Amino acid sequence: MAVKEVRDAVDIPENFERLQEVIDEYKGKSGSLIPVLQKAQEIFGYLPLEVQKKIAEGLKVPMSRVYGVSTFYAQFALEPRGEHTIGLCMGTACYVRGSNKILEKLKEELGIDVGGTTEDKKFTLEATRCLGACGLAPVMMIDENVYGRLKPDMIPDILNKYR
Amino acid sequence: MDIFRSHILICRGTGCTSSGSDQVADAFDKYIKEEGLEQEVKVVRTGCFGLCEVGPIVIVYPEGAFYSRVEEKDVQEIVKEHLVKGRVVKRLLYQESLDKDRIKSLNEVEFYKKQMRVALRNCGVIDPENIDEYIAMDGYKALTKVLTEMTREQVIEEVKKSGLRGRGGAGFPTGTKWEFVYNAPGDKKYVCCNADEGDPGAFMDRSVLEGDPHSVLEAMAIAGYAVGADQGYIYVRAEYPIAVRRLQIAIEQARNYGLLGENILGTGFNFDIDLKIGAGAFVCGEETALLNSMEGKRGTPRPRPPFPANKGLWGKPTLLNNVETYANICQIINKGGDWFASIGTERSKGTKIFALGGKINNTGLVEIPMGTTVREVIYDIGGGCPNGKAFKAVQTGGPSGGCIPAELIDTPIEYDTLVKIGSMMGSGGMIVMDEDNCMVDIAKFFLQFTCDESCGKCTPCREGTKRMLELLEKITEGKGEEGDIEKLQTLAMNIKDSALCALGQTAPNPILSTIRYFRDEYEAHIKDKRCPAGVCAALLNYIILEDKCKACGICAKNCPTNSISGKPKTPYVINQDTCIKCGVCMDKCPFGAIIKK
Ligand SMILES: Cc1cc2nc3c(=O)[nH]c(=O)nc-3n(C[C@H](O)[C@H](O)[C@H](O)COP(=O)(O)O)c2cc1C
Ligand code: FES
Repeated sequence: MAVKEVRDAVDIPENFERLQEVIDEYKGKSGSLIPVLQKAQEIFGYLPLEVQKKIAEGLKVPMSRVYGVSTFYAQFALEPRGEHTIGLCMGTACYVRGSNKILEKLKEELGIDVGGTTEDKKFTLEATRCLGACGLAPVMMIDENVYGRLKPDMIPDILNKYR
Repeated sequence: MDIFRSHILICRGTGCTSSGSDQVADAFDKYIKEEGLEQEVKVVRTGCFGLCEVGPIVIVYPEGAFYSRVEEKDVQEIVKEHLVKGRVVKRLLYQESLDKDRIKSLNEVEFYKKQMRVALRNCGVIDPENIDEYIAMDGYKALTKVLTEMTREQVIEEVKKSGLRGRGGAGFPTGTKWEFVYNAPGDKKYVCCNADEGDPGAFMDRSVLEGDPHSVLEAMAIAGYAVGADQGYIYVRAEYPIAVRRLQIAIEQARNYGLLGENILGTGFNFDIDLKIGAGAFVCGEETALLNSMEGKRGTPRPRPPFPANKGLWGKPTLLNNVETYANICQIINKGGDWFASIGTERSKGTKIFALGGKINNTGLVEIPMGTTVREVIYDIGGGCPNGKAFKAVQTGGPSGGCIPAELIDTPIEYDTLVKIGSMMGSGGMIVMDEDNCMVDIAKFFLQFTCDESCGKCTPCREGTKRMLELLEKITEGKGEEGDIEKLQTLAMNIKDSALCALGQTAPNPILSTIRYFRDEYEAHIKDKRCPAGVCAALLNYIILEDKCKACGICAKNCPTNSISGKPKTPYVINQDTCIKCGVCMDKCPFGAIIKK
């Protein structure tokens, strides 16, 4: 892939225009904070403070509430994420069938812990709950793709597809 | 409607989709077109068939041929042989479905024989994205009956008569809950559906939503009529994208058909449904936390009373039921409460769906009449543990539940018996463990989960689960001391008594039940510094057996810390001081010369 211009999502003015449209759509409706945060994360990839502030002003809710909600739910990221998200299933069925060993291998290969992002901003590693594919346990997802019946030595090859 | 000579049902549940059923379905479309059979053969993309282990699954009717593990490259053969020439491709059939030369029908296959599909009746049968197929299976008949023939009181009476109890975990009688909301004073009421499915190893509700979304919509409309609500909400997890999409499609179709919205079926009854997408927090499955989350707040629980039936969403009377609870309602209306009550046992009526997983041959989704024994589920339906390993225990109720040990395998599955033996029905996760699983480690796994997911509002749960987790970590690291078991038990009882919501109140259950049935394993960790199942790394040493080692050097080459050394012709040795106990050497040794002790 060609070297992309690395520009943070908050440096792109159109992103804020899109956010404003979302805010206008939900303004005044009850229970709209979470959907607005979800849409904002779709736009920016994460929820930096400036975005949270903008939402607080736009929806006329205190900043403390926006921050409180953003930090409460696992779905919201306050830091930028890698290009690919690896979600290793740590649900019970996968755990019982040895997902721990896969996790160790992933950490070793990527050099990061759960919740971390690699230095080259390629991968973010996450532990998820049951993906609904227990028949294939242990399972992981990279972006939208599911990989099942994993063994530790399959990991390098799978990661290489995304490198 | 067009008439087809063959129907091809392809599972598009999450399990089979993960194993590639999308590509298989597209290949069927392609080859059927190539053979010019589009007018004769119909491809239907359905919800989950249950037997996820052998997916992608394809069933061809009228023969009822059950193909398993079908890959894209097999499709052309099925089309050319089976559909064109009428010859079933035996090589690809699910082994067990073939009895000499005869193809068994689905309900003769062991996996399905003891099952009874009520809530899952349409899953794997219809195309969930097509409302006409749902209607063809008596869909929206119950709603029509309710709106045109029954009073609100009669509806509640019928649900009460059925004996249906909530499938979300607590098992509260559904009809009684409806009556509470019906009686609650208020001009505005809501009907909500809990589709947050928090149990970390379970996917029952997801399969219902993916395979038969209309059954939930119809039931919610019936509930709305009964309790006097005109607005419904489904709180569904963001992690379930397929379910969300199918629900959106289903709601849209129902609105277009006038089955949701204003003046439904010309009866003057108004009811609409909207989705609320959760943002990832286990505690939001708890009813009051869920209401806070729907209002756009942090999902922390509220003290009860007041109960949601009186003061729920935005302070209005609110009915909240689980997905599977709703999935039973239309059948109860159509066939009568007495029919439903005739299934199951004295105090547990109807059927229950379980997600069977872990160390079991037939992983997947099963629906059984209440009262079926654990043994029947594990052996007759599940096919026992793989690789001839011994069955050790099964965990039900997820992180709030407990384990059922092998000696209690003949326990019937009912709400009250399960509680009596220290487990619970829960929402339907059923995780099987064999001799290679360490029960202390499993307890630690669940505690880790509840500790992560504790919302932090009340101290017993926030701090208490942490202290329990620390004790378990200490024990599994070989630093356990005499008296730790008793300390765990005391802590557990205190948390049970003092936590604000059921998350904290039930968090100690996995510990209490593993101590109850596997105390000897805890003691082995504490007193002998030994993990009998060979799981807890700190208590293990990897050893090379001198007589079996052929000095090939493969282990040394694969060791990530260079802890193995040796010379040709003499057995290799592991340096225990630098070994990180990753187990790679044992996996790689071609001669089985490395053991853990
Ligand atoms: C921590 C916690 C998590 C829960 N998670 C769920 C869940 O994921 N799905 C669910 O339907 N009920 C869940 N419940 C139970 C709900 O609080 C509630 O009892 C249920 O949704 C009521 O519906 P029912 O009567 O139809 O079972 C949970 C309860 C607790 C305490
Ligand atoms: S527990 Fe991993 S897919 Fe279900």
